[in-house]
Order: sequence, then C-alpha cells, then structure tokens
Amino acid sequence: MTLTRSIQHRNPKPEVQSRKPSGATAMRLIVPLQGVVQGRGGLIFGSLIPCALFYFLQLYLKRHRSPNSQSSPSSPSTSSSNLAEMTRTSSRSNLLSRGSIGPVRISSRASSIAKPNDSPYYVGLDKASEDPYDRIGNPDGVIQLGLSENRLCFDLIEKWMLENLRDSIMGREGGDLSISGIATYQPFDGTMELKLAMAGFMSRVMGGAVSFEPLQMVLTAGATPAIETLCFCLADHGNAFLVPTPYYPGFDRDVKWRTGVELIPVHCRSTDNFMLTISALDQAFNQTRKRGTKIRGILLSNPANPVGNLLSREMLYDLLDFAREKNIHIISDEIFAGSMYGKEEFVSMAEVLDSEDSDKSRVHIVYGLSKDLSLPGFRVGMIYSFNENVLAAARKLTRFSSISAPTQRLLVSMLSDTRFIEEYIETNKKRIQNMHDLFVAGLQELGINCADSSAGLYCWADMSKLTPTYSEKGELELWDMLLNVAKINVTPGSACHCIEPGWFRCCFTALAPEDIPVVMGRIREVAEICTQSS
Amino acid sequence: MAIENEQPAVGLSKVAVSETHGEDSPYFAGWKAYDENPYDESSNQSGVIQMGLAENQVSFDLLEKYLEEHSEASSWGIGAPGFRENALFQDYHGLKSFRQAMANFMEQIRGGRAKFDPDRIVLTAGATAANELLTFILADPGDALLVPTPYYPGLDRDLRWRTGVKIVPIHCDSSNNFQVTPEALEAAYECAESMNLKVRGVLITNPSNPLGATIQRSVLEEILEFVTRKNIHLVSDEIYSGSTFSSSEFISIAEILEAHDYKNSERVHIVYSLSKDLGLPGFRVGTIYSYNDKVVTTARRMSSFTLISSQTQHLLACMLSNKEFTENYIKTNRESLRKRYEMIIKGLKNAGIECLKGNAGLFCWMNLSPLLEESTREGELALWKVILNEVRLNISPGSSCHCSEPGWFRVCFANMSEQTLEVALERIHKLMEQRKSKET
Repeated sequence: MTLTRSIQHRNPKPEVQSRKPSGATAMRLIVPLQGVVQGRGGLIFGSLIPCALFYFLQLYLKRHRSPNSQSSPSSPSTSSSNLAEMTRTSSRSNLLSRGSIGPVRISSRASSIAKPNDSPYYVGLDKASEDPYDRIGNPDGVIQLGLSENRLCFDLIEKWMLENLRDSIMGREGGDLSISGIATYQPFDGTMELKLAMAGFMSRVMGGAVSFEPLQMVLTAGATPAIETLCFCLADHGNAFLVPTPYYPGFDRDVKWRTGVELIPVHCRSTDNFMLTISALDQAFNQTRKRGTKIRGILLSNPANPVGNLLSREMLYDLLDFAREKNIHIISDEIFAGSMYGKEEFVSMAEVLDSEDSDKSRVHIVYGLSKDLSLPGFRVGMIYSFNENVLAAARKLTRFSSISAPTQRLLVSMLSDTRFIEEYIETNKKRIQNMHDLFVAGLQELGINCADSSAGLYCWADMSKLTPTYSEKGELELWDMLLNVAKINVTPGSACHCIEPGWFRCCFTALAPEDIPVVMGRIREVAEICTQSS
Repeated sequence: MAIENEQPAVGLSKVAVSETHGEDSPYFAGWKAYDENPYDESSNQSGVIQMGLAENQVSFDLLEKYLEEHSEASSWGIGAPGFRENALFQDYHGLKSFRQAMANFMEQIRGGRAKFDPDRIVLTAGATAANELLTFILADPGDALLVPTPYYPGLDRDLRWRTGVKIVPIHCDSSNNFQVTPEALEAAYECAESMNLKVRGVLITNPSNPLGATIQRSVLEEILEFVTRKNIHLVSDEIYSGSTFSSSEFISIAEILEAHDYKNSERVHIVYSLSKDLGLPGFRVGTIYSYNDKVVTTARRMSSFTLISSQTQHLLACMLSNKEFTENYIKTNRESLRKRYEMIIKGLKNAGIECLKGNAGLFCWMNLSPLLEESTREGELALWKVILNEVRLNISPGSSCHCSEPGWFRVCFANMSEQTLEVALERIHKLMEQRKSKET
C-alpha cells in the first residue's frame, strides 16, 4: 500500500524518461556509437556520420518527449501512470482476498483510453464544437480549421437528395426495394451492388487511370475500422508498422489501441518538402529490427495528411521494391484521392500494380466516402486488397463494423447516377482549388508559407517565425494562443509527430470564401502579438 | 516447414489465420448447405429450409406501414434542412434524439419497470460489436469470462477472436430446465482458477439464446450476488427482451438493480440491439448500456470503430419516438411470435417431439435425444447430418452451443412464412413416422 501511494505522489503526470523500455534506449545509444568505437570507415563514416546520427537521435528523442501527443493512447506497460494503475490494481485484489471490496476493475487496454484526452488534436476539436463560429449567429465563435471536413459541395448533394431520396430508399411499389430488402441480414462486407458502385466511383475519382474489382473489396463502417481491421490481419501484438511523419493523429488510435501494434515514425523534413525517402525508411527499419521489434509493413497516406503532397510514380515503384526486399506489407490510405487541387497527377498504388506483374499480395488500399463525397456521418469505408487470404480474414472481421443497409441502398442510388457524380467531381475539384488558392494567398500576405501540396482539404503552414521559441513547447504556446485568443482551431505539427516545430495543419473546406478574411484577420492579431513580444 | 529458394509469402497475423471465427463448425456448415439449395415456396419446394437463422420476419408489415406513412423519417424534411448536419455528424456520442428514443423504447419493452438514461447509451454497429467492445474493456488478453451453456455459438467468435479473452462455461442441464445455479457458478469460477485464468465477468443472455426462455428473478439475484462477491462484471445481453411472448414474464437486470437502489451497479452492463425485436439486422444497430462511468467513456471512444450511420440514426429516432407506433409494434410483435411458437410446438408435439418450455425468442429448444443412435456428440452430429441432408432442414445442433447434454437442437421459426413452417413441420412428421415404422 505504501509503495503504491508513493508512486502516485512521485509521478502525478507521466514522466517521459520512464516511458521508453530502457533496453531500447540503450540500443539507440550504442548503435551509432559502435561505428565510432570500431573505427570503421575513416573519419567521415567512422565518426562524423555516427555523431550526426547521434545528434539526430537526440532530436528524435526530444520529439517524443511531448507528453500531450503521447499521453492518450500509449501502450500500457511502459507508461508510468499505467504502472501506478497496475500496481494499484494488484494491491486491490490483495484487499479482496482479505474480504473487502474495491471498485470493479477494467482492462489495461481500457484504462489508457479512459484517461482524459489532452492531445491538442482532440482538445481543439472539443473546444471548437462547444463554441462554433457562425458568420451570422456566432461571429465570435471558434473557427474550426482542425477537422478535415469538406462542406463546399453540399448544395449539390442536397439537390440530389431532394430529387431522388424517396425512391432511393423506399423504392417503387412492389419492387425489390421494399423494407425486407434492407432489413434482413446482408453480407457483412457490403452488398455487391454497393461494391460495384464504389468501384465505378473510385475509378472516376482517380481519373479513370485504373479500374477496381468489386470482388477484391471489403466494405467497412468508415475508413477508421478499415485501417484497424487491416492491422489485425497483417500484424501481431507487439509488431510494428513504419509510418512517415507528419501523419494523421487518428492513426495512433486506429493502429495501436486494440491491436497492440506499434507505429515507428519515419521522419520527413521540410527541406524535402516532407517527402518520404527510401533511405529514411531503411534506417528506421534497421533500427527497429535491431531492438527486436518485427516490422510487418509500411502505412502511407497518399495524398498525404497533413502535408497534402503526392507520392510520385517512381516513389511508388521504389516502395514496392523496398517492401519486396523486406517481405513486408504496404497499406496505402488513399482517402483524399478525390480532393486534388494541384496540377500534379494522382497515381494510386493500384495503378502501379496494374502495370507491374509483381508481387501484388502485399498491397492493401484503404478508401472511404468521408472526404471525397462529404458523407462522414454515413460511415462508408473500404479495404481493397490483392491478397486473397487478407480478403478472406477481413471479410469475416467486418461483422464488427458493417455499413448500415439503408445507407448502402442510398449510396448505390447516388453513385450510380453518373451524370450527378461527374458534375460533383468536377465542381468539387474547382471549389477546393479556389479555396486553397485564397487561403494560401491569405497566409502568404501574413508572411506564412505553406508546404507545396496538390491535394487534401488542408494546407501545411509554417508558423515557426511566430512561435516564442523554436521548439515543441513554443509551438504549443502558439497553438494555445491561436485557439484561445484568435479563436481558431488548427492542428499543431506535434500532434502529427512532425520532427520540426512550428508547422500547423489548417483545413479550409469547412469555410466559405467570405470567412477567409476573418480567419486571416484573427491570425494577424496573434502574429502581431508574437512579433511584438519577440 | 520446408523452405525452397523462393521467398516465403508475405505473412499474415495470428488473428487472420486463427479458426476462432468458427465458420467451419456445423452451425455455419448448415448455412452453406442452405445457400447451395435454398427452399423457395414456388420455385424450389425440395430445397433446404433455413431454421438456423434467428431472424424476425413476422412484423415486416408494421415497419413497411410506418415508413409509407412517415416519409420524414427516411428523408430530412422538405428542402432537407437537417441533411447537412446529419451527413457530417460523426460524433461518437451518437444523435441525442436517437439515444433518447432508444432509452424510451427499452423502457417500454420493460413495461416501464426500469428507467434508462440516454447519456449512458453507447451506440455500436450491432450487438456483435457491442459484445466484443465490452470484452475489450472488461478483460485483458488471457483473462476469462464465464458464460452459461448452452450459449449462442457466435459468442465464441465475438468474445474471443480479436480480444484474446477466453470463455469458461457455466454448465447447465435439463434437470432444472438449464437454469444457472450457484453451484454451477462456483464450479466454473474454480475451473478457471485451476487453469490460472483471471475471471473478469459473467455474460448472460436474457432471454436465453438458444433456450428461448427468460431467466427467473431468483436466478438473476443469485448471479448478481455472485458477481458482487467476486468483484467481477456482469454483462446481460438482452437482445431478445422485446421478443418475450408476454410482457410481464421478462425481468431485466435493470429492474433488479432498481429494486436494490442501484447499489453495486457499476459492475453491470446491458447489451441491446434492434436486430431481433425490430427485425432490422441489416441496419446494424446495437447499444451498450452501462452503469459504470469509466466503461461508458471508454466504450464511447472505442465505438469509433463501429459507428452507426447517422442516416440510420435519424430514421430510427423518428420511428422509435413515435409512441403510438412503438406501443403497437411491441404488442403486435409479441402476439405474432407467440402464435408462431404455439404453432411449432403443437406441430412438434404431434410428431412426438418435446421441447423445453419457452416464453421468448425466435426459436425453440427441441429435444431429439430419444432419436440418437448413441447419446454422444457424434451421435448428435450424425442425426444433424440426416436432418440436414435427407429431411433438408437446417437446424442448429446443441453441441455447437456447447450444450453438455447431446440431442438438443435449436429450431428458428420466425424467419419464414407460415406456409413454409407448415412444410417444415410436415417433413419432421414424416421423419418421425419413418423412424417409428423402422422400430416396429
């Protein structure tokens, strides 16, 4: 009992050093130093490079020091606050055997999830939803730039609904569209009608360059369970996926929470416009393997979130080569494929595989309608795979996250309306492009530059000049000011595990063009405060 | 394993290759036979009749009538003003109006004898997901849940597959109509302990699947006392609560807790769904109702993996808030199920077959042990094969439900028309006649 209480008092907040398993830390120190010690490779390779590695290692450790972005879904056994929880639990069960009752226990998985969510990503979302900006009704409210939601083409969808809804759900008299058609058990991985419709839509969205086979699809209630299901199929507890940074904060939940799979960041830098390099991938692979963790695959988002850049065709080939060499999987999350605004061409992994007769069994694509068709509430996602075994397992797992039948029927109707879909895709592209250009120009006037991007519902802005210090702490102070003083919610780079401080993701597709001057005005206020104080 | 010069194929996880999904068991093998040769009243009268699927099709007409008369449920009003918010709504709290409607519906089913707080309702895409989610929250990999036998075969998959949690059976037998006893509870707990498994909770289905009977008040009290004494959880899957033939015969654990002033209730969690009572399994609507704040918070966050389409939430919020509709539906549905039940029991009795006395659900628990060649699991499966292949009825063998006594079968009666049920009964009659004449 005394031991428990002292742990609680010593560590009211999770201490960072105790987070990493000490063996791994030791390995991270030893490996780069080995080169120096063994005197291999002369001056440059023997000492300069290991020292450089060591320097970057320190930087890497520093990045991971952020309590905010790490605290919520962290692996239970290594975090000290959970350690305290586990110790408390075992002392509680000792009490039980002596006849007294304590509160009933929940699992360690649940304990870490139950903690209050203090990641800025989620804190900002909550604050914005509590006091949402409305041009007329609440002009002083928080402007939501932290949720990648596309509201630009709702008028088109609403119009379609008005003209088509009744028929699309209830059907005509006596036709096979009666309630019994949608009420009864459906195939858990989605109806063939919807798969066909999705195949057509995806192909059109990706410029018609590749066709999709419905039999290789497994439909899920959103892309979130698609990612989780794939992780359950491709990796065991304790295995890992490599993921380029910065990455979508939701991956920490989707990949890690229930599967026990780790995410190993592969850092990308602004000097490369945050493009992934094979050498960085290789380095991360080797370092992880050395500490005894098995890498099962690479998790990519293409178009990238939060940066918005695209993987080139050459890079896709290189990634396939890398995956083949290491015998690992590739998960390509292509959920923003239809949100293109740049001149660059989007190339799907599927397209590259079409031309190569190579190893398709390791590639799995994730897609969904939340971004490209603006229907996140309807929960429509998919796994597209070339691996029969993965498809067989994933199909069985979809019973835990199937798409609701009335929604499937509605979407079959909507997606089959080719005239409407053509108009929608074209208009959507134009409007996203327009908003992007206005927003980025607005930021530029404030002296804020954005990374080069061609897709997504957001831009990746460099506000490091405004941060009080060039550090994660400084970044979070700026984020806080933007949220509470300027009252705009943006996503700080640290929540996306970005290795360089000061970058922020700003989503602009929930705005109208009239709102942009308001946003820029508010940012200017904060910018002025920041430059005055520095 | 011999390794040739080629690289081994890229690997899959243990979860992916495991057999825990159970789809190779007889429970599901019968479905395959049905899929290959399904009975149809007009076009395939010699096909296999599906009596292994617990689906409620007896009240479709009520649902259709409602949707015809209330187009605002399936649209979002003229000019679709609410559509935009609805289509964007992906909040894991779920629509408040829908949660309120579910709470009211659950109260109505229990005749107002229990109250439900909409803020304690967590929405999931089906009860399958609800059971799995609760297991993730209440138990760690390698821990155990105690489940009374016979139980719904799907639990082997839902509670164990991805969670890594084990099921230890609480053995029940026909000597007392398969009711749970304190001795059986203790025996199961000790069995788990002897295997070095930490027991985290008890999961009951009330009304029971496959028994088709409600759990008595005294038994519920005993189970609650047991879990309290062991300081573990109690999950009560009440998915068939609206399918009790008479409203007064179902007693929910919620009522017991209310009677105890909600003392010790933070260990109790109720699972519900609209798949059986409302006959809408395709809609994928399940709920977890927990009296434990931490479980509610965690379940809500975890439900991100299994959210219900906001379109469906809206539709059902409209439907279930309509008191006139729900009252009429609940009453009529109960009546229709009771009639079906009486029809099948009578038909089976005429054929000389006894069933467990049931009062709920979409199935009956039939005793064919007198027909077994040998009173073993193999004997039961042999009989099951005969019934599937020769009589052409897909029914579920008790062994797939982990029943400790061979010879029992679950027979579903609500997923077909009355005519089809007649045909099925005729076939059973014929089988029994053949057997009798063989004996003489």
